[in-house]
Amino acid sequence: MSSKINSRIPEGSLEQKWTTYRSTTALVNPANKRSLEIIVVGSGLAGASAAASLAELGYKVKCFCFQDSPRRAHSIAAQGGINAAKNYQNDGDSVYRLFYDTIKGGDYRAREANVHRLAEVSASIIDQCVAQGVPFAREYGGLLANRSFGGTQVQRTFYASGQTGQQLLLGAYSALERQVGLGSVKMYNRHEMLEIVNIEGKCRGIIARNLVTGEITRHFGHAVLLCTGGYGNVFFLSTNAMGSNVTAAWKAHKKGAFFGNPCFTQIHPTCIPVSGDHQSKLTLMSESLRNDGRIWVPKKQGDTRKASEIPEDERDYYLERRYPAFGNLVPRDVASRAAKERCDAGYGVGASKMAVYLDYTAAIERYGKTKATQLNENNPGEARIRELGKQVVAEKYGNLFEMYEKITGENPYEVPMRIYPAVHYTMGGLWVDYELMTTVPGLYALGEANFSDHGANRLGASALMQGLADGYFVIPYTIGTYLSNEIRTKPVPTDHEAFVEAEKDVRENIARMMNVKGSKTVDHFHKRLGKIMWEKCGMARNEKGLNEAIVEIRALREEFWRDVRIPGSADELNPELEKAGRVADFLELGELMCMDALNRAESCGGHFREESQAEDGEAMRDDANFMYVAAWEYKGNTQFEMHKETLVYEKVKPSQRSYK
Amino acid sequence: MKLTLKVWRQKNAKDSGKFATYQLNEVSPDMSFLEMFDVLNEELVGKGEDPVAFDHDCREGICGMCSMYINGRAHGPMSGTTTCQLHMRKFKDGDTITVEPWRAGAFPVLKDLVVDRSAFDRIIAAGGYVSVNTGSAKDANNIPVPKHDADAAFAAAACIGCGACVAACKNASAMLFASAKISQLALLPQGKVERTDRVLNMVKQMDAEGFGSCTNTGSCEAECPKNISLENIATMNREYLLATVSKQPDFGGTGGAG
Repeated sequence: MSSKINSRIPEGSLEQKWTTYRSTTALVNPANKRSLEIIVVGSGLAGASAAASLAELGYKVKCFCFQDSPRRAHSIAAQGGINAAKNYQNDGDSVYRLFYDTIKGGDYRAREANVHRLAEVSASIIDQCVAQGVPFAREYGGLLANRSFGGTQVQRTFYASGQTGQQLLLGAYSALERQVGLGSVKMYNRHEMLEIVNIEGKCRGIIARNLVTGEITRHFGHAVLLCTGGYGNVFFLSTNAMGSNVTAAWKAHKKGAFFGNPCFTQIHPTCIPVSGDHQSKLTLMSESLRNDGRIWVPKKQGDTRKASEIPEDERDYYLERRYPAFGNLVPRDVASRAAKERCDAGYGVGASKMAVYLDYTAAIERYGKTKATQLNENNPGEARIRELGKQVVAEKYGNLFEMYEKITGENPYEVPMRIYPAVHYTMGGLWVDYELMTTVPGLYALGEANFSDHGANRLGASALMQGLADGYFVIPYTIGTYLSNEIRTKPVPTDHEAFVEAEKDVRENIARMMNVKGSKTVDHFHKRLGKIMWEKCGMARNEKGLNEAIVEIRALREEFWRDVRIPGSADELNPELEKAGRVADFLELGELMCMDALNRAESCGGHFREESQAEDGEAMRDDANFMYVAAWEYKGNTQFEMHKETLVYEKVKPSQRSYK
Repeated sequence: MKLTLKVWRQKNAKDSGKFATYQLNEVSPDMSFLEMFDVLNEELVGKGEDPVAFDHDCREGICGMCSMYINGRAHGPMSGTTTCQLHMRKFKDGDTITVEPWRAGAFPVLKDLVVDRSAFDRIIAAGGYVSVNTGSAKDANNIPVPKHDADAAFAAAACIGCGACVAACKNASAMLFASAKISQLALLPQGKVERTDRVLNMVKQMDAEGFGSCTNTGSCEAECPKNISLENIATMNREYLLATVSKQPDFGGTGGAG
C-alpha cells in the first residue's frame, strides 16, 4: 500500500470492527459540539441525512445545494428500492449475506470492512425512515413488504411503489428542514461550491457562488462534507439530472483529495433509447422490468420489419441463449454488454438501430391465463386472455409503462419496448478511509461522491442504502474522532489569507471563462466530450481507444478554453456560466477516467477491457495484478500519480463470476 | 414542425418583464418541451442573445424543479404530466405557444421563467416532519400500519413540491401542497403525536408567506402533475378545526413548531 494513503481499518475480527470502533473512539462533549461548525455540500440522501443527524447532535451546520430546494437532489429519482438485512421474510437473509452479495456483486474490488459495516447498519436505516413517516409498501397485516431485486436470492428490498428514492429523500429532507426550523442548520439553496479552503494541511471551509446574484462567498467549517453525488454526466447523456456534476469533488481533488477508481462506471441495461440529436438526458426504466419481460433482436441483420411481423423462430432471445441459468436476469454489466454486442453486430432495432426489444407479449399471455383460471373462466379466448394479462401487468408496472408511452409515444402493451443501456451510476469517486475522510484531513466524502462500497459494480437497491448509511449512521460517529481534536480550534475568520487566495482563484477562473468570448456553446463541447467518453471509455474499452481518447480530450479541452461562448455576465443568474464551469471540470476528469481505464488492464464489474476476455467473450478479472483500489493524486497541470490500496480479503474468497 | 413561441423575459426580480417572440423551424415531435427550449437557447447563444433561464433538473418528472405555465396551464395541456415529460408531439405544426413563469406573490420571479419557491421549504420547516432524531427509532415492524392507510399516505406523499397548484389557483393558495404533507403524517401513527401543532404551525406559515385562501375551485387538483387529491384539503381542514378546538398553539416550544 502506498505510504500516502492509510485506510485506517480498525483491528479485530470483521464482525467486531464497527462495534469496537464506535465503543472506543473519542467523543465530543455537548458543550463543545455547539462551537464546532460543519459544512455539508449537497442535500441528497447522504447530505440531508448527515446535515440533519449532525445538527441533532448539536453541531452548527451549514448545508449547500445548487437547486432551488434541498428536496430536488437527484436521489429523488431512484425508483427501485433499498436493501436491508432485516430478514423479515424468514428466507435466510443476514448481515453476512448482504455483505457477501455486495462484495461479490462488486466483483471483489471493494473494501471488506466498509461493506460489512454497511450491511450492519442497513437495518437501522429502515427503522429510522419508518419512524419519520416514510410510506413504504406494506402487506395487509400492516407490516412492511419486501421484494427481490437485482438477482439476489432473498427478498430484502424495501420499496415505495417505483418512487423509493423520492420517499426516502423527502424523509431526510423533512429531518433537515426540522433542523432548519430549529436554527441548527443554515440552508444555502441555489449556491454552488467552487473551491475548498485548506489551512495548514486541514480543510477549513469552502468558497461558494450564489447562483441568483453571482455573489462569491466564503464559509468557514471545522470540517467539510462533500455529498455531491456521481459524475455520470461526463458522458453528456446519462440517467443523471441535468445539474449533476463533479465540480465539488474535482475541486477537492485538485486541492489534495485522491480520486479512487475513476473508471468504474455503471451502465444500466434498461433505458429508453436516444431519439435524436436534441436528446438531453436518458430515462431509466426500472430493472424490475427484466423480471417479466423477454429481451430479443431479429435473427436477421438489418431487419426492417415491425416487431409484430417477425415470427417467433426468427427472433433471437440472446440473453436466454447465452446465459441459460440466469437468462434475462443477468447482472447489469453483463446485460448491457450483450445489448451493445448485438447492436454493434447489426441486429439492433428501431429507427436508430441502437436498441433491443423488451417484450411483454409472453408475460401478458401467461398472466392472462393464470388470471382466467383464478376467475373460473374456462374458455377465455385470446382477446380475453390479453385483456386480463394487461390488467395484471398494469398493476405491477403501470407507472413505468405510462412513462415509456409519454416519452416515446408508443404503447408498450401493444408493441415491445425498445431499450438500450445508458450511463447510470459511478462507483468511482473521492478516495476515503474507513472514517469516510479523504486524503485531506477534515474533508469527508459521503454517498455516491466517494469511491464507495460497491467495488467495480453496484447491485440494485444498494445506492440508497449506502447514501443513508453514510449520513445517518457512519459520519455522526467517525467525525467525532476528528473533531475531538479540534475543540480548541477557534473559527478561522474568513479574511484569512487562505480564504482570500481561494476566492481570488475562483474569480479568476470565472473571469477566464467569461472572457473567452468564442463561437461555440457549452453544450457543443459537452456533447463532443460525451461522444468520446461513450465510444472509447464506455461499455467496452481497449488500449488503442483509450490512448486516442486521451489525445482527443486534451485537444477538446484546449479548444474549449479558446472558443467557448458564455453569454451574459457573472453577476447574475447565468445557467450557461454554471454549465461551463461544470463542463470545464468534466474535460479534466474525462482524461483521468481514461488513464485509470488504461491502467486497469483487466476486466472487472462495469469495467470491460476487450483485451481481457475469455474465448466466449466473457469478462476476465486479473486478481494477481489488479486487486487494488487505484487512488489518483493530482500533481498540477492535469498530471496525475497513482497510489495503490491493496485489497485484502480475509472473509470472502474471490471467485470468477459465472451466470451461465 | 414550425412553432412560434411567446416567452416571458424578465432580466431580474426588479425588472418589469415582457413577452418576446421566437420562431423555431425544426422542432422534432420526439423532443420534450424542455429539449425544445434547449434548441431555442442554443440558437439564442449562437446569435449572441441572452438565453431563456428556466428551472429544470431531473427531466423525468420527479424532482419538481421544472415549472412552466404553458398556454395558460401549469405544466401545459397534458394532465398528470410535468413540463419535462411533455413532448412536442402533443402540439401541431404552426402552433403558437405562450410560456410564462408561475404567477404568485409568494413565488417572486428571479429571472425569465425562474421563480423563488423557498416559501415551500419554510412551510415544511414549520412542521412537515416527525420529530425523531437519528438512532432513536424502534424496529420498523413494531409500528404496523393498515395497508389502506399506508397507501393513502403514499398517495399524498407523492407530491413533488413543484408549485403547479399555486400557479393554477386564482387565489395562489398553497393548500394542496401543505395539505398533502399534513394528511400523509396524519394518516400514520408516527405522525399523530404532533398533529395538532403541525397543522396550526404549517397553516400559520402558509399565511405568513402570502399564499391566498382556498375557495374550492379544484384547479389545483386538475393541474397537479402527480394527481394529488383535493381530499387532502378536506383532511387538512378537519385537522385544523380539531386542533383549534383542542389546543391553543404553543409557538415557543421545541421543534421550531411548538
